[in-house]
Amino acid sequence: MASSTFQAGVKDYRATYWTPDYVPLDTDLLAVFKIVTQAGVPREEAAAAVAAESSTGTWTTVWTDLLTDLDYYRGRAYRIEPVPGDDTAFYAFIAYPIDLFEEGSVVNVLTSLVGNVFGFKAVRSLRLEDLRFPIAYVKTCGGPPNGIQLERDRLNKYGRPLLGCTIKPKLGLSAKNYGRAVYEVLRGGLDFTKDDENINSQPFMRWQHRFEFVMEAVQKAEAETGERKGHYLNVTAPTPEEMYKRAEFAKSLGAPIIMHDFLTAGFTANTGLANWCRENGMLLHIHRAMHAVLDRNPYHGIHFRVLTKCLRLSGGDHLHSGTVVGKLEGDREATIGWVDMMRESFIPENRARGIFFDQDWGAMPGVMPVASGGIHVWHMPALTAIFGDDACFQFGGGTLGHPWGNAAGAHANRVALEACVEARNQGRQVEREGREILTEAAKDSPELKIAMETWKEIKFEFDTVDKLDVAAR
Amino acid sequence: MPEILPYITKGRRGETFSYLPPMTPERLRKQIAYLIGRGWNPAIEHSEPEKIFSNFWYLWKLPMFGEKSIERILDELDACRRANPTHHVRLIGYDNFAQSQGTAFIVYRAGER
Repeated sequence: MASSTFQAGVKDYRATYWTPDYVPLDTDLLAVFKIVTQAGVPREEAAAAVAAESSTGTWTTVWTDLLTDLDYYRGRAYRIEPVPGDDTAFYAFIAYPIDLFEEGSVVNVLTSLVGNVFGFKAVRSLRLEDLRFPIAYVKTCGGPPNGIQLERDRLNKYGRPLLGCTIKPKLGLSAKNYGRAVYEVLRGGLDFTKDDENINSQPFMRWQHRFEFVMEAVQKAEAETGERKGHYLNVTAPTPEEMYKRAEFAKSLGAPIIMHDFLTAGFTANTGLANWCRENGMLLHIHRAMHAVLDRNPYHGIHFRVLTKCLRLSGGDHLHSGTVVGKLEGDREATIGWVDMMRESFIPENRARGIFFDQDWGAMPGVMPVASGGIHVWHMPALTAIFGDDACFQFGGGTLGHPWGNAAGAHANRVALEACVEARNQGRQVEREGREILTEAAKDSPELKIAMETWKEIKFEFDTVDKLDVAAR
Repeated sequence: MPEILPYITKGRRGETFSYLPPMTPERLRKQIAYLIGRGWNPAIEHSEPEKIFSNFWYLWKLPMFGEKSIERILDELDACRRANPTHHVRLIGYDNFAQSQGTAFIVYRAGER
């Protein structure tokens, strides 16, 4: 096709990048952005501009455009839709050909899709709401190093959610005192304890010392209870070299699981660590510090369901999902949407849960959602109902704040969980009958009884900031 | 100062439901009904208590593929216990779609009853 000639100057983006007749290919990577334009910019032009700036285009025509087949490589805005209940914004759907992206690189996808375009002047605000990764691309990514099924088999946990606890105070404990807190929690009946995300290797507790004391605590609690246990040893570090060094040491101590913060450390580090975990038989717990900076504003940033998909591709066996009921933000239907995205193999489009595209993960293992943040025994019925078995519930204050200490707090949570699971299996409506189920269980557990009395008044009933877009606000 | 009860570990546990009181026959029936209702295949395993950490307990006969009778499953659990009175006996629900166990819990603990 030698028919084009070079004309210098600035063209409307829509002349090239707005293609309403385009039918996306199965191999296309699809994106939907929520856009608010600057005054006077037509929607089609803004959508086309986003497609251009996140793919092949720049602000002016260049002669080297004619040395390639831009028609093949360009991103295409193929649909716009109004945002229900909001006249200021609209959704723009964009299709990108798969060859725009390096195989197996979430880093490359994000650099293109949420790179320069977010500072682009013609749009007032921009939010990446959802992505559809074609199965052809999914197959190039490593994904979770182990997955839910393997985690259950390794840890011998079946037929119930797992239980964890973040050790507090989050900063300032010495390694031995920290190990004490871990031991008490695990011997009381929880499956996991967790390093707080800010615990890396500070002067008050260097990482080697923490790892050594904690693993003694884990092994003693296992021997005592006859159950397998773990502590998420945080290997998040200033450099990849240091991160791997810590991971290797955790392995040498027999740790079953380590932990990483995927956003502050970055996707390159995370993908590398996930590969290391796959090769070394290590479970990988992923924390999400910094996510709310990216995902909480309804008009700017990247929706958490997109970050969820990127993490599943990059690799992690656990990912914090929000609790719906605790102290941290999270709309119920939207949360169920990204929880499905973590652990199911095929998730159909479902606008009621904020899911814009069918997503096929093929045989890629699932990520176990972790509900953590301001939850206690009274939340157990709702958590069991919302999350089902393939999840980990993490009670920090809700374990350590028990009047009789960590072991009793852990025991109370374990009894509450098993009572809810048993009741659910009996066909009872666990959420509605939660009070009766817990009260019955507390007859045999003084630890649970005291926990219920301690936290009966604590609720976190603030409105969600990032709601799903629905007509009736 | 409010009274604080010491936390005493009362022997080894055994994963799911081991923090609840021992199963009564009525509660056990309901859990078996749930297992069957989910379409899982029942299986029975047993082990010496000191080998509780092993991935591979002794398999009792073969998994009862497609078994829908609560009575027959109870009979097999009982037969396994009578043959191995010093062992833990657990019931498994194999989920062949997840290629995992949908549930597993100890029904009879060594030395109880």
